[in-house]
Amino acid sequence: MSDSASMLAHHFDDLDQQREASSLGMWLFLVTEIMFFGVLFCAYLIYRGANFAAFAEASHSLDIGLGAFNTAVLIGSSLTMALAVWSAQVGRRKATVWFLVLTIILGSVFLGVKVIEYSAKFEHHHVPGATFDWHAPYGDPVNQDGAEMFFNLYFAMTGLHAIHMVIGIAILAVLIIPAWQGKFTPEWHNPMECLGLYWHFVDIVWIFLFPLLYLIGRH
Amino acid sequence: MSHHVVSRKVYLAIFLALMVLTVVTVAVAFVDLGVFNDIVMLTIAVTKAVLVILYFMHVKYSGKLTALTVIAGFFFFVVMILLIMMDYWTRGFVT
Repeated sequence: MSDSASMLAHHFDDLDQQREASSLGMWLFLVTEIMFFGVLFCAYLIYRGANFAAFAEASHSLDIGLGAFNTAVLIGSSLTMALAVWSAQVGRRKATVWFLVLTIILGSVFLGVKVIEYSAKFEHHHVPGATFDWHAPYGDPVNQDGAEMFFNLYFAMTGLHAIHMVIGIAILAVLIIPAWQGKFTPEWHNPMECLGLYWHFVDIVWIFLFPLLYLIGRH
Repeated sequence: MSHHVVSRKVYLAIFLALMVLTVVTVAVAFVDLGVFNDIVMLTIAVTKAVLVILYFMHVKYSGKLTALTVIAGFFFFVVMILLIMMDYWTRGFVT
């Protein structure tokens, strides 16, 4: 076990203040992330307003089963992440490692489903660009341009989200080492706290992406 | 600032609430409510996000400075959206 007091940087009064500062710093980064994803949501709002029917049609072509399944998987991964942080907070070394592993597995399942979805888009010529082709059974060729715009946003938003997932999974894997070594104690576990914040933020992004992309053309 | 550890029961309750809300939002998507489809959908999404922020991300148990930072972040995001949309709404680009 590492000595918690040695984890206290000299410019902080105590470990509590250090933890507060570390969480606040992470939140400041996440605020920049809100703007990062935010402009894409703004673009979505504008182009959906301009291509209402085409967006509904294109949304309808997505697999709602896979989307809902992935939403459940990601919410489950947020639970395991929260429990990983909890395990670190109460100093349960093995539980911390196990919950990190579980979170990696659930995150990987999410990305695996995304691979299946993306490959279907390539197959159906629903990837924006020269080969984009919009016709029955998915929709009316009259909506070609609007549908292409939808898929532009679909790939930009889910792609940026998937990149965040990959980075999150990489950090989860890296943190298994100090967790295994018992570096995280009830007094000091700031890296786990920050990773938790990041992972839950990525979950929140998906909580908005799922209805906006998958649920607007069902009725 | 004492360090608050949230109980596992709370995490589990929030997880179940998020799952139920996910089922509800999928179910509602198949019912035609006109303009209210989007309103219900976004209300549920915002509710889920708030639950995650307050409990999973511990903002409910953090200091005022953290809460203020989070609120400010979302506030200025809304400001950004509104200012940009004012332009599009008044030019007739968005129907």
